[in-house]
Amino acid sequence: MSNPISSASAGRRFERKRPDIASGLFTGLTGLATFGILAILAAILGNILYHGLPGLSWRFVSTIPRKDMFEPGSAAVLSMIVGTSIRVMVMTIFVIPIGVITAVYLTEYAASGSAYTRIIRVAIANLAGVPSIVFGLFGLGFFINFIGKNLDQLTHQSGPLFGRPTVLWASLTLAVMTMPVVIVATEEALKAIPPGLREASLALGATKLETILRIVLPNALPGILTGAILAVSRAAGEVAPILFTGVAYYMADLPSKLTDQFMDLGYHAFVLSTQSDNIEKTRPILYATVLVLLMLTFSLNAIGIIARARMRKAMRAGH
Amino acid sequence: MGIHRGHNARPLEWIAEKFIFTVSLSAIAMVFLIFLFVGREALPVFLGDTDSALVQTVIPSKDMEKTAPDRLARYLGMSVSELKTKDADTLRTMMEIREEAANEVPAAVRDDKDALANTTEWKYLLKPHQWTGYAKPEYIWQPVSSIHKYNLVPLVIGSLKTTLVGLAFAVPLSLAAAIYVSQLAPPSWKEWIKPGIEFLSGIPSVVLGAFAFLVLAGFLQDIFGYRYRLNAFVAGIALGLTAVPLIFSIAEDALTSVPRSYVQAALALGASKWQTAWQVVLPAAAPGVFAAIVLGFGRCIGETMVVLIASGNASVVSWDIFDSTRSLTATIAAEMAEAVNGGHHYRVLFMLGTLLFAVTFATNLLGDAVMQRLKKQR
Repeated sequence: MSNPISSASAGRRFERKRPDIASGLFTGLTGLATFGILAILAAILGNILYHGLPGLSWRFVSTIPRKDMFEPGSAAVLSMIVGTSIRVMVMTIFVIPIGVITAVYLTEYAASGSAYTRIIRVAIANLAGVPSIVFGLFGLGFFINFIGKNLDQLTHQSGPLFGRPTVLWASLTLAVMTMPVVIVATEEALKAIPPGLREASLALGATKLETILRIVLPNALPGILTGAILAVSRAAGEVAPILFTGVAYYMADLPSKLTDQFMDLGYHAFVLSTQSDNIEKTRPILYATVLVLLMLTFSLNAIGIIARARMRKAMRAGH
Repeated sequence: MGIHRGHNARPLEWIAEKFIFTVSLSAIAMVFLIFLFVGREALPVFLGDTDSALVQTVIPSKDMEKTAPDRLARYLGMSVSELKTKDADTLRTMMEIREEAANEVPAAVRDDKDALANTTEWKYLLKPHQWTGYAKPEYIWQPVSSIHKYNLVPLVIGSLKTTLVGLAFAVPLSLAAAIYVSQLAPPSWKEWIKPGIEFLSGIPSVVLGAFAFLVLAGFLQDIFGYRYRLNAFVAGIALGLTAVPLIFSIAEDALTSVPRSYVQAALALGASKWQTAWQVVLPAAAPGVFAAIVLGFGRCIGETMVVLIASGNASVVSWDIFDSTRSLTATIAAEMAEAVNGGHHYRVLFMLGTLLFAVTFATNLLGDAVMQRLKKQR
């Protein structure tokens, strides 16, 4: 904007006579909103960190809680950390292959404008927007009451084994919920691979399948991992889908089988905030539990974001 | 053969392609299955096959053989196929239990005309009803009482109320931020403001709920001086926070993709920065902004944990935002545990789920359609 020629500044002087108050005000207001949001974010994190840290101790995260979970002296979250981790890991086993294969179909096989891919895309977008409580109902109606009960009948169980809430059903429900996350992230990674790589592979006589397995997927691995991490961090904090499909209010032991129930960090935070008869006493436990959950999801999120940034940089450098 | 090879030439390739295609169907299959299985559990309510009347005409157990199977199945609250799996003795015992239960209902309740009402009929679900002991016809959701009252109106109002508060808070805030980040902020700031706001979406909703419960409720109470600590307003603000990153990133995307030439043309014609942003860029990005708001609405109305923790959960019919309130989602989450599997309460809760699914399906479809059209135009 700076112009060294003095005669050209006549126009600018004219402009300065009417300072643009409206623009300044507008920029100020929208900027205020932006930094307001960031301030709220900082306030939430700061508040939880400030009140949560004193309650955090090695004993708190490494002990199986006893029956009275509301007693500050004995409250602990090992069972919840283990439960949340297990349900998320089992979910990954199911969602990654399905999500990656769907993305491979969309980018490598499908004609991009065909009606079929349009329908898949609409389905993915819709799946991403289904309320999490509806996934919970789906898990109850489909996995437990339909698949589980029928499995019990087929295998002649004396009591319900599959037809009740378990780690397995909670994980599968979460897998359905996080499918769009994995598909979208993988697709992005596949699209970022230069077509030249594929063409070179095909020109050397590799078949399409060989190209996908040996060239495309290995190159897309960082992106696929990012998708997996994002899905895990999303699922780790979700409570509504597991309410009816596997979570337990209290268990004396850690879950050992896929047909066990489990305790969960997010659900425990919910229990602490709604079921306590003395909130002043449970407040420190609630803060500490929330902090553990946040640390878990944020470390995963951070890994995902950093991995994605690195990958993009590497891709750009490769072009 | 030429370049085109049939599946005879490379059977493995052909099988792999078909397999990959089949797996890719799963996203469609899941949407379909969700609709099917959530709807299936709710179907008896839609078909009028549930009966929640407290006092029902008792079929004496000795009449079991004479009763038609479908009537018997409905009487015992199971499907005809389930009925066939039970032997005669089990059924007889179940009928005797029914008889006994009917005899144990206190006389005062038995004479109440409401005890005969099947409260899962549409007129009870949607319209106000003159319940015994109330001064005027009222909308009441009270599933756990001697007479199960399933009126949906208080819950729908609760959901709309919290959602509207949430949107009233989130839409202006996130739109302003989107305009600032895409048009006005120094480019070097963008790189950390954007991820910063999107970081908010990484906070689990149960954490936002707990924060609203621990901090926000008391903080806002000091400012506004309302009576109930947990209410639609507190829940709405926390709900808004869950929607901010979603609305922001879609709107910011839409605003950024308005062609640079629009901005340059407007500025060249002498428009000020704010006139350009407000009168040129925003209208050009209107469909994207609309999609952001629609998807934000779907997000808010479907959010569970925040409202479950922070709304107070009282099912009252009132548009006062400072009243304690109860949403559709929170009702499902809170009551499913105590509902008998396959009972009328269970069915009604699934019907609420179907309703929610239908609403969010519509908003998703609309939002997605708008965004797809935008992508095509570019």
